[in-house]
Amino acid sequence: MSDTILNIENITKSFPRVIANKKVTFDIKKNAVHAILGENGAGKSTLVKILYGLLEPDEGNIKLNNKDFKVNSPAEARKQGIGMVFQHFSLFDSLSVKENLILGIDDQMSYSDLENKLENISSRYNLPLDLDAPITALSAGEKQRVEIVRILLQDPQILIMDEPTSVLTPQEVESLFVTLNALVKEGRTILYITHKLEEVISICDTVTIMRSGEIIDTSSTANQTAKTLATKMLGQKLDDLKTNYGHIKDEVNFEVKNISCDFNDPFLTDLKNISFQVRVGEIYGIAGVAGNGQSELMDILTGENINIKSGSITFDNKKIEKYGPQKRRDLSISFVPENRLGHSAVPELSLSENILLSQFPKNNFIRNGIILKNNVDDFANNVINEFKVITPGNDAKASSLSGGNLQKYVIGREISSKPKILIISHPTWGIDAGAEHSIRESLIELSQNGTSIIVISQDLDELIEITHKISVIYDGNLSKPFKTSEIEIEKLGLLMGGKNE
Amino acid sequence: MNSLFPSIVSRSQSSGLMNFFVPIISIVLTLITGSIIFVLLGFDPVYALYTFFISPISSTYGISELFVKATPLALIAIGLSYCFKNNIYNIGAEGQLTMGAIFGGGIGLLFHDTNAFWLLPLMIFAGAIGGALWGLIPAILKTKFNTNEILTSLMLVYVALFILDYLVVGPWKDPFGYSFPKSRPFSESGRMPLLFDGLRVHFGLIITLFLIFISWFIFSKTIFGFQLKVSGYSPKAARYAGFNQTTLVFFAFAICGAFAGIAGLAEVSGPIGLLYRDISPNYGFTAIIVAFLGRLHPIGIIFASLVIALTYLGAEDAQLFLQIPSAVGFIFQGLVLFYLLGAELLINYKLTYKKLL
Repeated sequence: MSDTILNIENITKSFPRVIANKKVTFDIKKNAVHAILGENGAGKSTLVKILYGLLEPDEGNIKLNNKDFKVNSPAEARKQGIGMVFQHFSLFDSLSVKENLILGIDDQMSYSDLENKLENISSRYNLPLDLDAPITALSAGEKQRVEIVRILLQDPQILIMDEPTSVLTPQEVESLFVTLNALVKEGRTILYITHKLEEVISICDTVTIMRSGEIIDTSSTANQTAKTLATKMLGQKLDDLKTNYGHIKDEVNFEVKNISCDFNDPFLTDLKNISFQVRVGEIYGIAGVAGNGQSELMDILTGENINIKSGSITFDNKKIEKYGPQKRRDLSISFVPENRLGHSAVPELSLSENILLSQFPKNNFIRNGIILKNNVDDFANNVINEFKVITPGNDAKASSLSGGNLQKYVIGREISSKPKILIISHPTWGIDAGAEHSIRESLIELSQNGTSIIVISQDLDELIEITHKISVIYDGNLSKPFKTSEIEIEKLGLLMGGKNE
Repeated sequence: MNSLFPSIVSRSQSSGLMNFFVPIISIVLTLITGSIIFVLLGFDPVYALYTFFISPISSTYGISELFVKATPLALIAIGLSYCFKNNIYNIGAEGQLTMGAIFGGGIGLLFHDTNAFWLLPLMIFAGAIGGALWGLIPAILKTKFNTNEILTSLMLVYVALFILDYLVVGPWKDPFGYSFPKSRPFSESGRMPLLFDGLRVHFGLIITLFLIFISWFIFSKTIFGFQLKVSGYSPKAARYAGFNQTTLVFFAFAICGAFAGIAGLAEVSGPIGLLYRDISPNYGFTAIIVAFLGRLHPIGIIFASLVIALTYLGAEDAQLFLQIPSAVGFIFQGLVLFYLLGAELLINYKLTYKKLL
């Protein structure tokens, strides 16, 4: 049962200024979970896009079951037996689960056939679905299930999963792994794209490690540890991060008291009586599964939404709940929302111009309404150098940067103004381990220099690694804070699933 | 073996030199295509093209006419770029132009027997106010009631035209005009000064160039221009930055309306000299093409206004000397737009023929 299903030989793909895949060669065994591990920008996405017919390689051969494999579109790839579940779901939010499934089918199929098939798939692979529920009502895990079922309807031999656990709760991850195991038992092959080391060890049989477009190693995951994988993936030693409470002062400088907000919108979560306090130099984490009110809370913390029903926000003894973003920045409060492209940065504008989105009183970027370009450029160059942003220059468009680089730039922009408090949502969402590491380090360093930080994140590892206190948001309610050093993962998992003892 | 169909690949760096040549290349290609069309219609292409593009501007008078037509086009187009950069689709510039002509022209009629240095500046100011007020109506509707500005600004064009209609057949009719639907003429000091004796090109051109320069400065050097741009690219980012988007919508509409209003006033106090029904051959609508043809850039808009003005003149000459419908002018407007957009694409992307695996 260990014969090869896919041979990848000498695949090379270059883009302007960068070679994404350099003579990539490895084999994928049938009936196994094969991991591709690497930072973002390592070339994982390019490789799977080639397999899925979204990109055409410049050179190289792919053989599926010892036959030449060449596809020009995802539809062809699916026909040949390769399916893919993307990190970002491509579902129609306003349609029901069933309608979404029907839309995803390439061939004709009758309703009753479909329902039979669905039942079969649901029970066989531990994928329960409510067919009539609208997609908006589903959690990220359920949406992913819809995506998986949609692909399974086409009976693929190889299933590509791109960072599948990035949006799931610990419980949902467990359930996904059960599904994946069931699929493999049936003789299918899973190509598992990830940058999470623990997952590679716990679920994958073989791992291919990519770095800068090249294959570093393909080997069995037996006898590997997170450390050995990380060293191969990053090519450098990771420093261990340690929670340090010593520098935190007793003084509370940011307090949210009984904030409630109703939206009257099925797409938004109402906030219910949210309170928390942040002390000087403290990193306060807000955990939770996406869609439990994080972005709604973030908008209220940044001042993008000042229409709250009740409650107050106090900063340095000033009531600021009615202040807009600029007035808050004037008090040295800085923010980084979750979305880089189009929210914390404008992709069409240059890096220099993007500096101007976030101005603090001491920046001196504007005089009498006129932009002082030299000051802005100097500031941009400083951020680029200090935070090691890889870019041809400050005139490069924000859209030309990789996710990790742009995030380093955006966070660098905020940190460089030395704010008294930084409010940041999903600081390392969808970026590579190298950038992730350097961003977390700079956040810790910032807190040690006396800045308070509020981190909203779905990534529990991240919160445990960097925060001093964590509370969990669920359905618009915020739990009491827990000291990070004393916290139990199971407890958090339960709170995230809405079970409060 | 290479694949039959090219694929479009992004260029890492677009050539600055080619960027400069785009308009020239587009014009050459337009002329080639145009001559093919003329051959198909049975005309000598050299003669036809000459009639269309050269003869209208082969005299000083022709060149002056080119500037007379380009002046309102460029002025409205630069005003429209305040809106378009902010992703506001104000297509009611024709109405704002009309309202500018009514307000400014109204002042001119009120002082029709006065000759004073302050009259023209007052008319220009009133024209700007009239256009701006008319532009603010869709702005208020958009920000207060969330209406679609495309519809409201367009419908207000016809309201403005009817108001003008009413005025010139009713209260503002020339008492010595034998019941023609027109007003009495403005006084001499209520007219745009001519730049050269015997030519119709007028002071409006200077105002236009000045406002284009000011706009270039605002777009590229000021935080206001930056805010317009950011809010156009991404309203969320603008909100994050704390820019007041309601204010930006108001300013964009008011500035655009004011510019269109000045253009309208410049028409009636320039070449026309009084108020009547047909003060504008759709300058307010054609300026939308000019704005996009000029890529919302001040220099581009100057160039585009001249090209489009030439198609106006060429169509008139073609009708006169070749007996072909003046709609041929639209064909040339379309061709120029097509080649410009095509060249624009090829500057940022290239076609490659992939080797087949």
